This record gives sequence, structure tokens and C-alpha cells, in this order.
Amino acid sequence: MCGIVGLFAKQENISANLGVHLSKMLESMSDRGPDSAGLAIYGKPLASKTKITVQSRSPKHDFQKLKKFLSAKKEISFSLKIHSTHAVIKLDVKQKDQVTNLINDSFPNLRILSVGKKMEIYKEIGKPAEVVKRFEIAKMKGSHGIGHTRMATESAVTTLGAHPFSTGEDQCLVHNGSLSNHNSLRRELIRKEMTFETENDSEVAASFITYRMNNGKTLKEALESALVELDGFYTFVVGTENGFGVLRDPIACKPAVLAETPDYVAFGSEYRALTSLPNIEKAKVWEPEPATVYFWGH
Amino acid sequence: MHILDFNKLSLRDINKTLQGSDKNSFFSIRNPKGSHALAVGINKKITVKIVGSVGYYCAGMNKFSDIKVEGSAGPGLGENMMSGNIYVTGDVSQYAGASGHGGSILVGGNASSRCGISMKGVDIIVKGNVGHMSAFMAQKGNLVIFGDAGHALGDSIYEANIYVAGEVASLGADCIEKKMTKKHLSNLANILSNANVSDYNPDTFRRFGSARSLYNFNVDNAKIY
Repeated sequence: MCGIVGLFAKQENISANLGVHLSKMLESMSDRGPDSAGLAIYGKPLASKTKITVQSRSPKHDFQKLKKFLSAKKEISFSLKIHSTHAVIKLDVKQKDQVTNLINDSFPNLRILSVGKKMEIYKEIGKPAEVVKRFEIAKMKGSHGIGHTRMATESAVTTLGAHPFSTGEDQCLVHNGSLSNHNSLRRELIRKEMTFETENDSEVAASFITYRMNNGKTLKEALESALVELDGFYTFVVGTENGFGVLRDPIACKPAVLAETPDYVAFGSEYRALTSLPNIEKAKVWEPEPATVYFWGH
Repeated sequence: MHILDFNKLSLRDINKTLQGSDKNSFFSIRNPKGSHALAVGINKKITVKIVGSVGYYCAGMNKFSDIKVEGSAGPGLGENMMSGNIYVTGDVSQYAGASGHGGSILVGGNASSRCGISMKGVDIIVKGNVGHMSAFMAQKGNLVIFGDAGHALGDSIYEANIYVAGEVASLGADCIEKKMTKKHLSNLANILSNANVSDYNPDTFRRFGSARSLYNFNVDNAKIY
């Protein structure tokens, strides 16, 4: 199983309460994925700044050490905000590569979950209600966000095995289903110098899409090539800087419901995920067609 | 009329009440909020009106009762129903009426993929479109589609009639168009009149069914294996 939720705000009243809505939506999908949960939240971009979200198993010790380490580098100006096991580092976009390299080289216990002007990723093992509480998701605002509740089938229940997976700046993917040819695709992508953190099939799908977008394809084109190359079952929701896309495999066993009102577009694995949204009873609700790419962007 | 409200009662309480009710009772169910397995396993003639959308497996295994959903339904509506009537005013998700033995299902909107998969005698009427692989391995009964049908309609069909007023994206293995005879026009009229559907033009419907070429093993295919 696994549950997916997504919310794209068209109006300020939704973006101001994005975290509240997404938390309720995610909790409603607990039955579909009680192992772990995660969210990608797209907030307001800051002028010439970028954000790096890092995760640690011993956050108290690691984040303090990281803060001290970065402060000692006089040329780096940054801020670091701790959210439980995660920390969001804000810094000048020009120093992004230097800092990611420093973290990768000097902090083997830290994992970079996301890099981007807008996107922050929060994911952990545990019930969805515990995960949203741990990161205080309800306090967060943003233009759009996607979330996932996991019932692991293809690989172990770990923080890094939780969704969303990000393999590109401001890009992430959540997946309900299982891929059959992920090992051969992973080998192919490794030869093309993509890197992997897990044995997870969904990470391969995220990397597959990022590789194509890095090579000039649009999200739509990347998703269309997924229809040709990926073997297995999937409903994907893919987040980008501007919005989110939805794709179901041609057999479309994995459920998906979309709802649209003048205020928002919402995605849920089931209608239950949408019932807490304002004016849902007046929304246009429909099931996305198989093998068809949908996208909403600002 | 008895009102059963999800804001006050659990799914289990509501299903217990429905299953244990007296014959000819009338229930109105409020605030279902997409709940799963609502009004399942009822085996007496009662009337249930559900105000709002429901989740997976609504009205599964239904026997004798009339169930109306004022909203949409998730996957597996009326799975393996034996008799009675189900009416959904909105859309229904995958495999509505799967393996249904009898009774009728009326869908006011669209039905998605695999509608009537392995149906065994149920009548399913869809006022909108149906998704791919509808009536897959259908054995008996009737699937009436007012709108369009998706790919591989009636794949590996044994018996059962499929009537389509709109376009068919493609037919599945061993499913062919068949002549609309007087007998079939009267069959269609009966099915629709039983479901109180009168706004239709019988001339717009085409009939599809089994070519019956998969019934027996064809020795010419032996070398494939």
C-alpha cells in the first residue's frame, strides 16, 4: 500500500495554512502507511538564498558541531534552524556547492535530504501523526506540498527509505506501488553518474526523472519517458519549484483522487484524504486517467 | 427513518445496526467521509441512503437491499453482490460490481477501470464512461454503458452482454461486436426499466460479446508453449 497526499494552493488562505491542511491529510492516510511518513513543503523563496535540509540520528550533537564548523569559516554566512532530527540551513546560493561538499566530506553522520530555493523535506520512521507533530508541520506555510505514508515492501523501514525522495534541486517524488526493473535502471543511472542513498525502488524513479530534467527535458517529457522505461506499478506525485505533477501507470491499480476548487488542487490516494479540506463538498473531484501526465504550476 | 451519523457512531456500529435491522427498515447514513466497507453484508430487504461519498467496498456482498449513495464511491463498489439494487449518483472507482452474481448497479457518473470484472449475472448501468478492461472475464449479466468505453473492453469474456452507446477505445481479446437483435433490444429495455432509467434512445446502442474462440484450447497454438 502507501498513501500519498498533495496540496497546491491557488489562494493565500490555503498557503497560509498549508501545513495544517497537509498534516490532517497525511494523518488520514495512516492506515495505508503506518511505517514512516514524510513531507516536502515549498515555502517562499528568499532572494539569492538557498536551503539545505539535513538529517541526523544524533541531532543534538551533530547540529551543534555543524554550526560551530560552519561559523569558523568566515566567508560563509548562514542560519541553521533545528526541527527535531532535521535542520534547515539557509545560505547564499553561491556557497551552496561549497557547503554541501563540506557536509558530505566532514559529517558522515549527516544526510542531505534536499537542496532548493523553496523546498524543505521532513521524513522519519513512525506513525504519520507522530511525524507531523515531531516537525511541527502544522506551523508551516507554502505554495504547495506533497506527503507520503509508507508501508514498506521493496526495502527496509529506515528514515532514508521514507518518502519524499529528492535527487535534484527543488525536485522530489513520492510513490505508491513497486517497480520491477529498478535494479537495472539504478545501474544504468549510476553509469550516468547519478548517486543513490538507498536500495529503494522509488529513489530510482526520482533519479530517473531528475536525470532527464537535468538533460533538458521538461517534467512532462520526463514523466512520459517513465511510462516507457519503468516496469511496475506506480502512482507518482512529483514536486517541482513551481508545482506538482501526477502520473499513474497504464494499468492504474494504485488509487488516486484529485479535487479542484478556486482555492486549491488536492491529491489523495483516497477521498478520505480530502475530506478535511475547505469546501470539498463543492470541489470538482475526479480520478486521474492512467498513463496521463497532469501538472499544476504557479 | 433511522439516522446513523458517523460523527456519533463508529463504522462497526453502523454496519452492525444495518445487518441486524428488521426487514423493510429505512436508514439514512450521514457524514460517511469516504469510509471503507460501509453497508456491507446486508442480507435482507432494507433501504439505505448514504448522504456523501464513500470509500472502498461499499455495499459489498449485498443481498436484497436497496442502497443509494448520494456522492461518489471508491474501489470495489458492490463487490460480489447477490441481489438488490445499488445506485451511486456520482462516479465510482475501479472494479465496481466485481464478480457480482445478481441485482443491479446504477452509476450516475463515470466508472473507472475494470468495471464489472468477472461479473456473474449482475446488471451494471453506467450513465457516463467506463475505464479500461471493463467486463474483463465477464461470465453472465449485462453491462450497459451510456458513454464511452476504455481500452480492452470485454477482454477474455465468456458470456454476458455489453451494450455501448458511445465510442469504444478498443476491444479486448475474444470480444467482438454482435448484432443487436429484437431479443437484445427487449433485454436492454428490461434492464433499464428495472433500474427506472427511461431517458435513452435504444438505436444508439451497439452490442458486444464473446467470439467464444477461447473456450477450447486450439491445438495450432501448442508450439507457442
